[in-house]
Amino acid sequence: MSVSSPPRPKVVRTRGGLSLRVDTRAVLVVAALLALAAAAAVALIGTGDFPMSPAEVVRTLTGGGTPAQEFIVRDLRLPRVLVGLLVGASLGLAGAVFQSVSRNPLGSPDVIGFGQGSAAGALVVIILFHGDPFAVAAGAVVGGIATGIAVYLLAWKKGVHGYRLVLVGIGAAAVLTGVRDYLMTRADLADAARSMVWMVGSLNGRDWGQVWPLLCVAAVLFPVVIGQGRALRMLEMGDDAAYALGVRAERVRIVVMGAAVLLTAAATAAAGPVGFVALAAPQLARRLTRAPGPNLPASACMGAVLLITADWVSQRLFGADQLPVGAVTGVLGGCYLLWLLFTERKAGRI
Amino acid sequence: MTPGTRHTPDTTNEQGETTVSDVREAAVRPAAEAAGETRESRLTAESVTLSYDQRVIAENLSVAVPDHSFTVIVGPNACGKSTLLRALSRMLKPAAGAVLLDGAAIDSYPAKQVARTLGLLPQSSVAPDGITVADLVARGRYPHQGLLRQWSREDERIVVESMTATGVDALADRHVDELSGGQRQRVWIAMALAQQTPLLLLDEPTTYLDIQHQIDVLDLCAQLHEEQGRTLVAVLHDLNHAARYATHLIAMRDGRVVAEGKPGEVVTAELVEKVFGLRCQVIDDPETGTPLVVPAARRRRTPAGATAGTAAAARPAGSPAP
Repeated sequence: MSVSSPPRPKVVRTRGGLSLRVDTRAVLVVAALLALAAAAAVALIGTGDFPMSPAEVVRTLTGGGTPAQEFIVRDLRLPRVLVGLLVGASLGLAGAVFQSVSRNPLGSPDVIGFGQGSAAGALVVIILFHGDPFAVAAGAVVGGIATGIAVYLLAWKKGVHGYRLVLVGIGAAAVLTGVRDYLMTRADLADAARSMVWMVGSLNGRDWGQVWPLLCVAAVLFPVVIGQGRALRMLEMGDDAAYALGVRAERVRIVVMGAAVLLTAAATAAAGPVGFVALAAPQLARRLTRAPGPNLPASACMGAVLLITADWVSQRLFGADQLPVGAVTGVLGGCYLLWLLFTERKAGRI
Repeated sequence: MTPGTRHTPDTTNEQGETTVSDVREAAVRPAAEAAGETRESRLTAESVTLSYDQRVIAENLSVAVPDHSFTVIVGPNACGKSTLLRALSRMLKPAAGAVLLDGAAIDSYPAKQVARTLGLLPQSSVAPDGITVADLVARGRYPHQGLLRQWSREDERIVVESMTATGVDALADRHVDELSGGQRQRVWIAMALAQQTPLLLLDEPTTYLDIQHQIDVLDLCAQLHEEQGRTLVAVLHDLNHAARYATHLIAMRDGRVVAEGKPGEVVTAELVEKVFGLRCQVIDDPETGTPLVVPAARRRRTPAGATAGTAAAARPAGSPAP
């Protein structure tokens, strides 16, 4: 029998009795993904009607560009890229949380109705109230959170369990899609067009007004979620085993799921319901780190890389602002999902 | 570490003896003390009512787990034995009454603190995809760790010791999902051991194992009890296993304790018939001298042939007055 011996985690210890476990491979994956995200961000900033070389972009970002370059980078393209990075990271992290809690790759926020909930909330504001972009974003946040609470309560039976959460979520997604379609039939042409653009998910025309709220939400919730990472790993062994080890299972779950719902809602409010990042990022991340557990930091980085790369691909192939990023992630993510289902079926798990 | 936050009131029981209440007190007692089983109980259920939703499993049930005993709970299906174990391990909150650990309600302690005192091997645990044996056993150290104290030398030493004690050290780098059922159960036990709790609860640890691995696991439990002086509580299906390995037996039926004590005193034909509704003889186990339950032959279990046989080595066996 071939015994593959995985590298044991390195341990860093101090004299004061502190010790940290460091999974070398996971750290390398995170570092590589961060580098990739930075490179893609620089490339994306340089892409557009006014192309710039990576060197120019870096010089401008560090304060050495011409006034024209300053304007284009600082006011137009940097906020768009930052929104992309934050939305991707938020969706990747939220996806990792929900897939871990439901122990199912299909337990992603965009499959179990949160994206649809945000979309329905936004469309109510667009079509019924003709609200401004800020009101639309608020509608998306409210819709996402309301869906999160409803799904949790409906799936709750002495604790939330995997398949129940997925099935209830898919049901909720179907209902909300119906609501959305009904709203579309009541809309005039202008509102319908605006709704359509919003629903695909796009980074076009994002400015600092979208960056700051998203950055605040992420700054608070990322540490909260990642701080629960160890407890979440214990939960993957089942509630009883986790509880026996001193993890308050339901409390941990409420904290991380609440944070993930907020992250998804905030990301959706900023960029629309960008599809499949939440589903694909954690799956890709764990295949790279080869580590059991939710792989939270790697999933967040992978989400950011996916979204930024998809935006860059869409701009390169179709020209600036022609194809919204959500369409590209949808195509990429859809293919990935099919592949995943195919291999899972071969492994006999579905 | 939780400095200064320990909430462990000293209490006095009816006899006026002070019970040891410091939960962090020496996790494992020396083997010499282990032999001397005491009447004291760190873990008790005080007239608890146990129910799932509206379905009441047991009412006004009181049980004390003697310190340093290997206590085994037996009874027919649906008698409430696993439910009792769930309550003792704080998985199920009693609807009335309380489970006490060192004299205070078990849910009044911080979760991690209880996890350093009382371990549980649940019936159903899921090994995360692609986890190695060493990693899974290492997770047993969770209640002793913190965000900044993730892996001390002590953690490492105890994980190695736990794997050696359960004989899975050679499998350390193997993936758990490629192990046999018996090996896997040993790995889960190693994880519970790594938790280093003076009290260890096992919910049907031998289910789904073949006979050799059943005995293997029970030998391991007996060894832990004898050598390390841990208090073990197990739910077992097989009455003969219970009679052979337990130092304290609790027999349950319909949510009540029917009898408890040393197996040699408790396991009689009358009791087996009362608890399991099975006619049988109880003879001495030729290997250990503990009671051995031999079900009556089919034709003897019919009312016509209901007189009990008397084998040479038989205890007073047999037919209770109709």
